[in-house]
Amino acid sequence: MCRTLFESPTHCIKKFEWVSNMSAFYALLFTVAFLVLVIGLAKKIIQYSRVPAPLKIPVTPAPLTKGGVAVRLAKEAIMFAALFRSNKWTWLFGWMFHMSLFVVLLNHLRFFIKDVPLPLVLLQNVGEYAAFTMFIGLTGLLVRRIFVARVKYISAPSDYLWLILLMFIGLTGIVMRFISHTDIVAVKEFSLGLLTFNWQSLPTDFPLMFHLFLVAVLMILLPFSKLLHIPGLFFAPSRNQVDNPREKRHVAPWAMELDAEKNKMQPK
Amino acid sequence: MADFETPKFREYPVVPQIKSDVMAGKGPFVSRAEFDTDLGYPGELPDDWKEKTLDKMQDLLGRYRSFQVFMDSCIKCGACTDKCHYFIGTNDPKNMPVARQDLLRKVYRRYFTFAGKYFPKLVGAVDLTEDVLDEWYNYYHQCSECRRCSVFCPMGIDTAEVTMAAREILAHVGKAQKYSNQIIQKVYKIGNNLGLPGKALKGILEDLEEEVEEDTGVPVKFNMDKEGCEALLMTPSADFFAEPHIDGLIGYGKVLHELGITWTVSSIASEAANFGLFIGSYDNIQRVSMRIREEAIKLKVKRIIFGECGHAWRVAYSFLNTLAGPFDFLDQNYPVPQHILEVTYGALQEGKLRMNKEENDHLTMTFHDSCNVARASRMGDKPGGQFDIPRAVIQAACNNYVDMDSDTIKDATFCCGGGGGLLTDDLMELRVKGALPRMEALKQVTEESGVTNIAAICAICKSQFTKTLPYYGFEMDAIMSVHQLVSEAIVMTGSEQEKELDGVGDEEEAKESED
Repeated sequence: MCRTLFESPTHCIKKFEWVSNMSAFYALLFTVAFLVLVIGLAKKIIQYSRVPAPLKIPVTPAPLTKGGVAVRLAKEAIMFAALFRSNKWTWLFGWMFHMSLFVVLLNHLRFFIKDVPLPLVLLQNVGEYAAFTMFIGLTGLLVRRIFVARVKYISAPSDYLWLILLMFIGLTGIVMRFISHTDIVAVKEFSLGLLTFNWQSLPTDFPLMFHLFLVAVLMILLPFSKLLHIPGLFFAPSRNQVDNPREKRHVAPWAMELDAEKNKMQPK
Repeated sequence: MADFETPKFREYPVVPQIKSDVMAGKGPFVSRAEFDTDLGYPGELPDDWKEKTLDKMQDLLGRYRSFQVFMDSCIKCGACTDKCHYFIGTNDPKNMPVARQDLLRKVYRRYFTFAGKYFPKLVGAVDLTEDVLDEWYNYYHQCSECRRCSVFCPMGIDTAEVTMAAREILAHVGKAQKYSNQIIQKVYKIGNNLGLPGKALKGILEDLEEEVEEDTGVPVKFNMDKEGCEALLMTPSADFFAEPHIDGLIGYGKVLHELGITWTVSSIASEAANFGLFIGSYDNIQRVSMRIREEAIKLKVKRIIFGECGHAWRVAYSFLNTLAGPFDFLDQNYPVPQHILEVTYGALQEGKLRMNKEENDHLTMTFHDSCNVARASRMGDKPGGQFDIPRAVIQAACNNYVDMDSDTIKDATFCCGGGGGLLTDDLMELRVKGALPRMEALKQVTEESGVTNIAAICAICKSQFTKTLPYYGFEMDAIMSVHQLVSEAIVMTGSEQEKELDGVGDEEEAKESED
C-alpha cells in the first residue's frame, strides 16, 4: 500500500495515521448509516401500519382473497405491472435499473458472508454486468426526466440528484471492477469487521472512497426521501385491500368510536 | 353560450403539449356559510387559517393511511402524467395527476418532513400561503376523483384520496364548494339532491304507473314510503325526472314487477347519491348513508337495491356496510346492498325475463364504463363483474353492440368529465374539455362500427353527456340508460307486447308485428 515507506518513514507514519482515521471514519459512517436506515425505515413502517384505513378503497377489479392480494402486490413489486401498462419506456428503464440494482446488491452480499455460498459465486459471473444495465437504466430515466416536458415539469432538484447519485455509485463500482481494481480482500475484511465491531482498515483508493461515501449518503437519506416508495408500495390501500366489503364489515378504530357516538338505529 | 373553444378531435391520441396555467382561475363558486354550517364547517376563512389548515392536514394524515402513504411514496416517474382526461382536454400541467397531488405534497413536505423543513428548495417544498389555498381550491375542483391515474401508478397512488383530503381541508377553512355542499344540505333537509319534496315525488311516481300501464297494459307499481315491501329501491333523484334517467327507472320497475319483487322508494331517503364522498367528509358520507339504514328499518324491507348511479354504487358497495352496517336485519340470501343490474342479470341467467331484442334493432350500442363502478366497486361474485354484467344485460336487450377502444373502457375507462362534484354549470368549460377522450373514443366507433348510441349506468354520466355530446357534434339523446334498453325489450307477462308477439291479441296487430 505504501511504497513511500522506504523513501520517507516519517511521511508514511503520518499517512498510516491518516489511513486509520479514514477507516475509522468510514466504519463509523456505515454504522451510523445502517442505524439511520433501519430505525428510519422501521419508524415509517410503524407509522404506516398504525394509521388506519377507515374505508375499503381497493382499485378494482381487485382480488377477493388475501392470497390474491399477495399475488397482486408481487406482480407490482417484481414486474412493475402497472407501470408496464402505463408507459413502456419508463417501465423498460425503471425495471432494468431496479432489477440490476437487486442483482448488484446480491453480489455485494459476498462482502458480508465469510464463506460465499455457491449460488452467489455462480451469480458473480453474470452479476458483474448488472452494473452496466443499472447504469443504462438510470441514464434512460435521467434523459426522460430532462427531455420529456411533462416529466421535467414535475421534477424537483432532488429528483435529478437521486438519479445522479445512483449513477455515480454504479460508475465507481464499474471503475473498481473493470478498470482500477481495488483490494477487495481488504474491503471484505473491513465489511466483515463492521458486522462484529472489529473495525479494520480500508484501502484508500479514490473510487472506493467515493463509492462507499455515496452509498452511505443513500442509506442515510432513504428514510427521509421519496425512496420511501419501497415500503409505500406495500402499504397502499388501493392495492393491498381485499375486495370483500359486502361480505365482511370493515371498520377502523376511530370510525368505530364515531359509530358508538352516533347511537345507530336498530330494528325493533 | 360559452367563452371557450371545444377541443378539436385529435387525429391520433398523441400526448398533449403542456400549456402552463391555462386553467388557472378561481375555481367553482365557493359555498355560502348557510350551506356549510349545517355540514360542520365554519363557512368563512378564519383568522388562524394557516394553523387550522395544517392542523387539519395533520389530522387527516393520522386518520387515512392512503393519504399518509401517498404523500410519501410518489417517485415522480411520470407514468400518470398523460392519463387524466382533464389534462388531455385542457393541457394544463397542473391537471397531471402527480402535479395535482404535488400542490398538497409540497406543503406536506414543508411542514411535515425533515427534508422539506430544512431543504425546501431541494425537494420542491413551499410555504403555505393564501395563494396556495386558492390554487388548491381551483385545481382540486378540476379532479373528478375517477381513479384512472391510480390504475397506472406503480405505487398505487390514488389522486382521488388526495383530492378528497384537500377538499376536506379547504372546507375546514371556509373554502368549500357551493354545488356539493348545497346539494348535501338539500339531502338533509328534503331528502334528495334535487330538493324534490315527497308530494311531488309521489305525483311523479303515480304518473309513471299510469304511463307504463298505458304502454303495456300491466299495472307496474312505483311505490313510495310503502311499508312491508320486499325491497327498498335507492336510486339517484335524477331518475325521477331527467332524460334518459327516468327511462331507466321505468326499466327497473318493469324488471322488479316481472320478478314479483315488491319495492318502494323512500321520500326521506329519495336519493342514492352521496356527495359526502366528493367533499371527502367521512362524517357526511356516514350521515347521508345512515338515512338508508333508518328507512330500511322503518319500511321493514328485506333487501336494498340500488339503481344506476356510479359514485352511489361505490359508496353502497364499498362503504355502506362499514358506515351504516351491520345489516343483519335484512335477508342474507341477497347481497347487501344489491345493484339493479345484478338483479336483472341474475334473472336473465335463470331465464326469468323474456326479452324481445328486435325492439332495439334500430340501435347499435356501446357502453361507457362509469369510473366509480369500474374502479371502485364490483358486481356479481367475480372481479370484473362490473364490466361483464352491464354488457351482458345490454346484449340481452339489444342485438347490436360494439365496445369502444380497449384503452378507454373497463378499468381504463375515461371519466365522463362531470363526476366528483363537478357537474355544475360554473364548471362548464372544464366539463366540455374533460369529455374529450370519451368523445374521441365514441367518435371512432360511430365512424368505424356505426354505433348510434352510448349507454351508461350513472346519473352523472347521463347528465354530463346530455350536456356535452352536442359540443362534439353528437345528438344529446345519444346517451341512454342501460335499463332503458331493458325497458324497451322486456316482454312482461300479460303485457300488450306479449300478446303481440304470441299472436293472441288483436289479429291485425299480430299481422303487423309479423311484417
